[in-house]
Amino acid sequence: MDELSRGFFQALELIFSADPALYEIIFLSLRVTGLALLFSTLIGVPVGATLGLSRVRARGFITVLLYTGMGLPPVVVGLFVYLMLSRSGPFGALGWLFTPSAMVTAQIIIAFPLVSGLTMAAVQGVDPALRVQVRSLGATRAQEVWAVLREARLGVVAAIVAAFGGIISEVGAVMLVGGNIEGKTRVLTTAIVLNTRTGEFSLAIALGVILLGLAFVANVAMLRLQGKE
Amino acid sequence: MRDLKPIYETENLKKEYAGRIVVDVERLAIGAGEMFALVGPSGAGKSTLLRLLNFLETPTQGEIIYQGQSVNGNLSIETRRQVTTVFQRPVLLRASVRDNVAYGLGLRGQRADGRVEEMLTRVGLAALADAPAQKLSGGEMQRVALARALVIEPRVLLLDEPTANLDPYNVGLIEEIVREQNRARGTTIVLVTHNVFQAKRLAQRVGLMLSGRVVEIGDAQQFFDAAQDPRTTAFVRGEMVY
Repeated sequence: MDELSRGFFQALELIFSADPALYEIIFLSLRVTGLALLFSTLIGVPVGATLGLSRVRARGFITVLLYTGMGLPPVVVGLFVYLMLSRSGPFGALGWLFTPSAMVTAQIIIAFPLVSGLTMAAVQGVDPALRVQVRSLGATRAQEVWAVLREARLGVVAAIVAAFGGIISEVGAVMLVGGNIEGKTRVLTTAIVLNTRTGEFSLAIALGVILLGLAFVANVAMLRLQGKE
Repeated sequence: MRDLKPIYETENLKKEYAGRIVVDVERLAIGAGEMFALVGPSGAGKSTLLRLLNFLETPTQGEIIYQGQSVNGNLSIETRRQVTTVFQRPVLLRASVRDNVAYGLGLRGQRADGRVEEMLTRVGLAALADAPAQKLSGGEMQRVALARALVIEPRVLLLDEPTANLDPYNVGLIEEIVREQNRARGTTIVLVTHNVFQAKRLAQRVGLMLSGRVVEIGDAQQFFDAAQDPRTTAFVRGEMVY
């Protein structure tokens, strides 16, 4: 208990001391996760919306795949991306292994099913009578789709926030494909693992507090968006 | 239909769902500017007929002639936008009351100018203009739906059980707005209801629908007082005929 409280105060000190190494870790975390989130949103939202709106027969199967994907263990994704990017792998020529690009790739794979699966659920959750209603008011096909997406917007925001929470906090994939190289691929989660192993508890706690803070800010932002409704 | 020019004419109109014939109407003409009520028990096919008249469904057989033109398959968006429906259960957008009322204007690329405020006053919701539509009572929601339909100045307003499950106060308000829209502004109105009293209060002409077929159509007075078909007499009296 003593360790924890002492660690906590040292952590606060560290956070406010503007330690450049610490900030580098924070910024890399945000950069990797931010980019991964951006790409998975750009692909995942349209895919989820299309699936939610369509009545294709294959949707049942695709839904199962997406929902399975939502529960993918990050470490397995890391292994897969590692094999793809390793020198003898099909994408080895890219030279991405142990770089932030590899970490972004792995996080996209983790975040995409979350974004698209939850977007699909949000779109399906819109009252089906709404489409008939807006068509009756004179909506074209495109305007009808837009109306459904607008109604689902809170669910889409929740999907993106859930994906953010999922990838900012995962450690297995970034550890495997990034390698936790100091000043290059060390992010918040991998740094926590390292510092815990080496007994640098206060640093580990500081990083944990920051990680929690980021998740907190993301959720506050989402709640505020929902509160505006 | 007296001397009114028909806005709708249908010929052998049939609609099937999964092999079941839901609508099977030999001939139906609705006059421009009239208020026509279609009564009948639930499941008689009234709502399906309204969806056909709103071009939301295509007939399995037969055709609908709207303003002298067959609409089967080839209907311009401008023509389609002349007709709208207020459904039994209003589905409002997750937005303010004002934005809901302005919705149809936005679809047409028109600005939500003074018409929206005017319409909100007409349905008695000016004070709630900025309230989220989802928080309204059932009666208020239905008035928003009515305002949203009227603000686009439709030529034909279809009403599908618009006041079912509403309290007498809201029923009265809605009926008065609908009556005024028909009398003063000449909007053609087709009202579907299982409530014969409402049909009696509002319509100039009434038809009875039973199991997909139109049993009888007549001027309101004749329909209620001197029906030709015994089933009409029974339905009007509130005796079960189905």
